[in-house]
Amino acid sequence: MVHLIINGKVAQAEEGEMLLTVIRRQGIEIPALCHHEAVEPFGACRLCTVEITKEEWNGWKNHVTSCLYPVESNLIVNTHSPTVIELRKTLIDLLLARCPNSLKIRQLAEEYGITKTSYEEIPDADNCILCGLCTRICDQMGFDAISTVDRGHGKRVAPPFDEAPPDCVGCLACALNCPTNVIEFTDEGNYRTIWKKQFELITCAKCGKKTITKEFAEVLSESRNIPMSYFEICDECHRKELAQAMGGICSWSREAVS
Amino acid sequence: MRVQTPQDLQNLRRQCLAEQEKFPKRVLVCCGPGCLANGAAKIVEEFRRLLKKKRIKDFSVKALKETGCHGLCQQGPLVVIEPRGIFYTKVKVKHVEEIIERSIRNDEIVTDLLYTDPKTNRTIESYADIDFYSRQHRIALRNLGKISQYSIRDYITRDGYQALAKALTIMTPDQVIEEVTTSGLRGRGGAGFSTGRKWATCRKAEEQPHYVICNGDEGDPGAFMDRAIMEGDPHSVLEGMIICAFAVGSQDGYIYVREEYPLAVQNLQLAVDQANEYGFLGENILGTNFSFNIKISRGGGAFVCGESSALMKSVAGQVGEPRAKYVRSVLKGLFDKPTVLNNVESFANVPVVISEGGKQFATVGTSKSTGTKAFSLVGKVCNTGLIEVPMGTTLREIIYDIGGGIHNDRPFKAVQTGGPSGGCLPESKLDLPVDFDTLTEAGSMMGSGGMIVLDDHTCVVDLAKYFLSFLVEESCGKCIPCREGLYQLHRLAVNISEGTATEEDLEKMEKLSEMIVIGSLCGLGKSGPNPFLSTIRYFRDEYLAHIRDKHCPAGVCRELIRYEVIPEKCDGCMACISTCVVEAITGKKGEPHIIDQDKCDKCGACYAVCNRDAIKVI
Repeated sequence: MVHLIINGKVAQAEEGEMLLTVIRRQGIEIPALCHHEAVEPFGACRLCTVEITKEEWNGWKNHVTSCLYPVESNLIVNTHSPTVIELRKTLIDLLLARCPNSLKIRQLAEEYGITKTSYEEIPDADNCILCGLCTRICDQMGFDAISTVDRGHGKRVAPPFDEAPPDCVGCLACALNCPTNVIEFTDEGNYRTIWKKQFELITCAKCGKKTITKEFAEVLSESRNIPMSYFEICDECHRKELAQAMGGICSWSREAVS
Repeated sequence: MRVQTPQDLQNLRRQCLAEQEKFPKRVLVCCGPGCLANGAAKIVEEFRRLLKKKRIKDFSVKALKETGCHGLCQQGPLVVIEPRGIFYTKVKVKHVEEIIERSIRNDEIVTDLLYTDPKTNRTIESYADIDFYSRQHRIALRNLGKISQYSIRDYITRDGYQALAKALTIMTPDQVIEEVTTSGLRGRGGAGFSTGRKWATCRKAEEQPHYVICNGDEGDPGAFMDRAIMEGDPHSVLEGMIICAFAVGSQDGYIYVREEYPLAVQNLQLAVDQANEYGFLGENILGTNFSFNIKISRGGGAFVCGESSALMKSVAGQVGEPRAKYVRSVLKGLFDKPTVLNNVESFANVPVVISEGGKQFATVGTSKSTGTKAFSLVGKVCNTGLIEVPMGTTLREIIYDIGGGIHNDRPFKAVQTGGPSGGCLPESKLDLPVDFDTLTEAGSMMGSGGMIVLDDHTCVVDLAKYFLSFLVEESCGKCIPCREGLYQLHRLAVNISEGTATEEDLEKMEKLSEMIVIGSLCGLGKSGPNPFLSTIRYFRDEYLAHIRDKHCPAGVCRELIRYEVIPEKCDGCMACISTCVVEAITGKKGEPHIIDQDKCDKCGACYAVCNRDAIKVI
């Protein structure tokens, strides 16, 4: 167990935990756009930066991204020091110049009292903040179908050679976890389209609802050892089936008791 | 043939020396990047062709050597005739026959090709007597220009691999580290971290295996020290790495070198193959039970891959993006294992530290920055080239004594050190003794050793703008402060150079820079605003002239200047008229010309072509 001080209050943490986890457990809200429990911390958005010091550092302070910084005993953390606030405002201001149309970024900016960026808006801006969550989650899922391409200010997320990615199974993990909802996909009729690739959706044999893509079902079937027949009906109908079966058992047992 | 014992190595060295002494006369043709660009390869070819044809007595074609960069690139292509050290400059293919007949067949000198000292106007025969060379102290560059870049046997004649033999046979790994620590050697890649301490930390790390990596991803514009060493003396780098591997207990090493250095890649690979053949690499090196292998990893030329954590990702085959180094790479580096990463020049210093001893090494340089530093001296200086001087040498000595002063005797304005993340130092800092700490205190940094000299025709706003645009493109793009912050900083610098910025913008730039320094993920981002911060520190007036007076004092920023003809000086030669591509200049022969300001696109071609100084920049 590690003891540290966050905003003047003593907090406890497990060895190896990251600061951000501990800070949030204290009920302190700090923004973090590139952070997700499912993937390794990345440190790209820098919004979770906090000020740290220790008594023995004799007044020397450091600024670290809390999502990446392992807890240490006797660490004194300030999550809202004037410099930290100024940094966060600068970052949000810069993001607003990059993605002036993003609802998420505009909301965040408003929280910090910014209504309009003080910088030059980037021409032809899209809403991608390059947090890399999509590529990292895709990698974590085991597909690695998309990645960032290029570098510097021209960096972007794309499938290889900007063509329909061969390794994509249409699971939507990228699109559903995008903090600014920038990854487009459509589900029309029997088909889903994402990253310029079309997938056939499975139709639930019972209720007729569209479920997941065939490719995704095949991967799940193989990797988790589930028979393909399981995917023929949707989750809801599976639950219904289970509930009915349970109900059957219950009524049978009631009858037996009476 | 594998060298099995130190005694074998001594015998081999004697054998190599005897081979060399059989034909004392040697022709060394510099094949460094500058000389190659000026046709050195053709000169070598011509020498080989004629020497074969002429069959000169007491001279073997084997004594024709293609060497690495000799240093004085400004005067290239360079040819040196040993043992006298006759130094021929600006050699062309047509001169080769004369050199052979007079200096090789006979013992005469081709005076026309000698170097002329610009101060005394006298020709100098031997390079050792030229100020450019005599004031240098070469350790890392000790073999450059003296040995064939392809030959391990040449390296052995210059005491090559003796330090390795010493380390492996009479020293323990701890003694090697102790010696390196005593030498005070600091990382030559720019950060200046103690090499001995780094090695000691890696040696103590419990996790296995340990890796050794050589950082040859030199990416600063205008820098070519590491390139010259990798091309011209690759074995010194290998020897340093092998000694390091022995000290830290590593069996696998990598040299990360950028693909844009094809000759470096080729020569390093050749050197690795030779070292394997001779038994300095591979299993049971020099008959001991120490084994070490080196692989060459080619980089795609991303500036950011010179940063340690990005480099290691790139070696591992991933996207070269830095990670936060709250756990240092010496403990968790390549494949998450303890890794020593040193720069090319650092490794090239190691054999000297071991052979001469740490104490002896530390006698050169200053107390906190020992040894020497190689610089690529470029820009508006007379003698551009590759130099190596003791730490603590002043900027004035480097620029005026070695560099021969400013080109065309123009006034000195500033010197830019440390590459894009470094900074500019003004005239008042000319007497600053150059070492790691003094440069940092003065607001610049050592960096890997690029040194760009600027004269009064360089605009600092333009310079900052250039370096910022470089960094905007070369940022890896992972974190927001570097990717977006530097972009906006560059946009604001553009506005200043175009005269559309306000003084508030300048304040905004300073604030933004501060936030980029605090907020960025890696060292490149943290030093990203330096091109602006160091120029605003010393040249605020010049920035203000752009903002308040809409005037560029150096006459560079196009939107703020105009070219005008001085009628009293113009003799109407029409040279400028024929040069102007936008046809903005009119006038008759013999009469003063006129520049139409609406048409003029301010390219400066007229200014450059006028030899009567009749065009002025306002």
